[in-house]
Amino acid sequence: MRLEARILIFIGIFFAIIGVIYWYLSYEDSGTVMLAAAAILGLLPGGYYLWWSRHMKPRPSDDPEASIGEGSGTVGTFPGSSIWPFVMGMGAFFVGLSFVFGIWFVPVAAGLLIGAMIGATVESRRGGEV
Amino acid sequence: MTTLVERPDLTSPDGPRRPDEPVEVDQHHPHHEGPTGLLKWLTSTDHKVIGLSYMITSLVLFFIAGVMALIIRGQLMDPHGTLVSFQTYNELFTMHGSLMLYLFAGPFAFGGLANYVVPLQIGAPDMAFPRLNALSYWLYLSGSITMLLGFFVAGGAADFGWVAYAPLSEAVNSPGAGADLWIVALALTGFSAIFTGVNLVATIFYLRAPGMTMFRMPIFTWNMLVTAILILIAFPVLFAALLLLFCDRHFGTHIFTVQGGGVPVLWQNLFWFFGHPEVYILALPFFGVVTDVIPVFSRKPVFGYRGMVFATMTIAALSTGVWAHHMFTTGVVLLPFFSAMSYAIAVPTGIKFFNWIGTMWRGQITFRTPMLFSVGFMLVFLFGGVTGVLLASPPVDFMVHDTYFVVAHFHQVLVATTVFAGFAGFYFWYPKMFGRMLREGLGKLHFWFLFIGFWVTYMPQYVLGLWGMPRRVASYPATAGWTTLNVVSSIGAFIIGFSFLFFLINVFVSWRKPVPAGSNPWDGHGLEWFTSSPPPHHNYTHLPPVRSERPTWDYNHPEHRTLVTHEGPGSGSGPGEGAPAGAEPVGAR
Repeated sequence: MRLEARILIFIGIFFAIIGVIYWYLSYEDSGTVMLAAAAILGLLPGGYYLWWSRHMKPRPSDDPEASIGEGSGTVGTFPGSSIWPFVMGMGAFFVGLSFVFGIWFVPVAAGLLIGAMIGATVESRRGGEV
Repeated sequence: MTTLVERPDLTSPDGPRRPDEPVEVDQHHPHHEGPTGLLKWLTSTDHKVIGLSYMITSLVLFFIAGVMALIIRGQLMDPHGTLVSFQTYNELFTMHGSLMLYLFAGPFAFGGLANYVVPLQIGAPDMAFPRLNALSYWLYLSGSITMLLGFFVAGGAADFGWVAYAPLSEAVNSPGAGADLWIVALALTGFSAIFTGVNLVATIFYLRAPGMTMFRMPIFTWNMLVTAILILIAFPVLFAALLLLFCDRHFGTHIFTVQGGGVPVLWQNLFWFFGHPEVYILALPFFGVVTDVIPVFSRKPVFGYRGMVFATMTIAALSTGVWAHHMFTTGVVLLPFFSAMSYAIAVPTGIKFFNWIGTMWRGQITFRTPMLFSVGFMLVFLFGGVTGVLLASPPVDFMVHDTYFVVAHFHQVLVATTVFAGFAGFYFWYPKMFGRMLREGLGKLHFWFLFIGFWVTYMPQYVLGLWGMPRRVASYPATAGWTTLNVVSSIGAFIIGFSFLFFLINVFVSWRKPVPAGSNPWDGHGLEWFTSSPPPHHNYTHLPPVRSERPTWDYNHPEHRTLVTHEGPGSGSGPGEGAPAGAEPVGAR
């Protein structure tokens, strides 16, 4: 996990340096803000990963000597077939279209979108064989 | 149905296993088939099904945009071409660029190839967030439909170019629903890309197989990781810019209009802060494809593995600091900074070229179709890259800005990556996806027609650009002397179009008369070649031990193991071919 953290922190530090140089050379606002945001994008998750890498148990996927057997156990929860992503996508589609063709349709489309979100959440909470 | 993927406890009573013994990993539920037919494509959360949906959709859009390109070239064969009206021409080049860049090249890479291949390459059962993955696809599809809808509304599709520069894309200059549809389409596909980026990062960080350390991942996976991070940097900026533009158009703000005290150049800053990383979002995945293809057909491990990784990261980092080299001629950007950063990108790209050639050096090269496309990619990308270095020089850029020189440059870069390397990947992984081979002969015909058509199309455009022909014009003076080269360029474009007939025939033939591929037709290196073709639900029933960056090769060729791994001191490339015959099989440590 430490390497993953370092990659993100590298990105953060790089953009921090570039952002400072850019500001002192140009005094241009928009680019500096975007570079600062990119630096935060690297540093925030990178810092979290670094903290977490010191508190977690070592993982077999970080161990160059690990055998496949060491990965036995639960890998994760992988939902099977679900109609909700499709409904959610259509909800977003209609929200987008209603911004072009008629704003009055937004409540209907947003209802579809939010309904699909609720559906997906309920599906997750039920878990197991849905 | 929710499935928990268990890796069974392998400390079995049968005693310790031999290290190279394959291990059962996936004892999934016996009834995992789920719905079939149309319902399968609507509801599946399997990364393979979603990857194929992505790939098919993006290829369809590729062909639509390709037809647009042919119409554009047809119009330009005659100085006063009358094939389409000027208005239609503007819509065509806008939609050609938008479709190719936003809806084909990116989604084909990070939605299609990466979605399918990355979990396989790291030994994962699926993407980290399967339903989010499905949502990405549906957002992408609805974005594509939204963009194409523009052709069917009053006023026609968006006609301000794929960059939508601000005063032109404002409501006064571009009224009508087509422009709004363009904005909404990009917002939808932008979110699809962001979700895919999150998904890829989480998958690569958390779902690697035991022993698959970061520095054993195939370069394609590495590049997809870096691409995903770039997506997370770039696409939110695009969405913000689109939101501001939409507010300008409909809600009375004046962010990009001078009249209301706004700053039009701000749009260019925001757009290119997305736009230049976007070019690398389109390029890096395909660099990864090539880096995976070349070692397999040279029968060597990749040369300079760590150098490749660091080159990728350097390219990505630098690419975010060069956005304003598209804006040199606005006169309000910091020329030395952006010029120097742009030059600097040539260094890691050169490292990549060096390593590709180093991988082929003294290898046993076989020019199967994927390899042919990869070598073709190197040749054509070199030209696009070199002219890119030229354009990074402000004096040159001032001269050729917005001429056909720029058109030729970025088409060479993008056709090299997305088409040459993209189809290298397609030919390479097609057997894995469908369990059947594509025909070599037809593939090679495809390559040669494409390769020849490519040079015939774009080399005249450099000259036209140097002679001063501006881009995005539907007609030009007959006395300018540009006619001949335009005709040549158009003929080249038709050759490129013709070459894709061979591709379609190839897919058709492989569908009607399948040649079974087996699990490992190319004697491949990565984990993806270990499982069956197409892979089963949740991908793996067995996994080989991962001791280098090419576990499947090590498993199949224990006498030629990758001797040096990249974990210890003295790391570098593994001299895999250097193992003398009769040497003791040495497991890496």
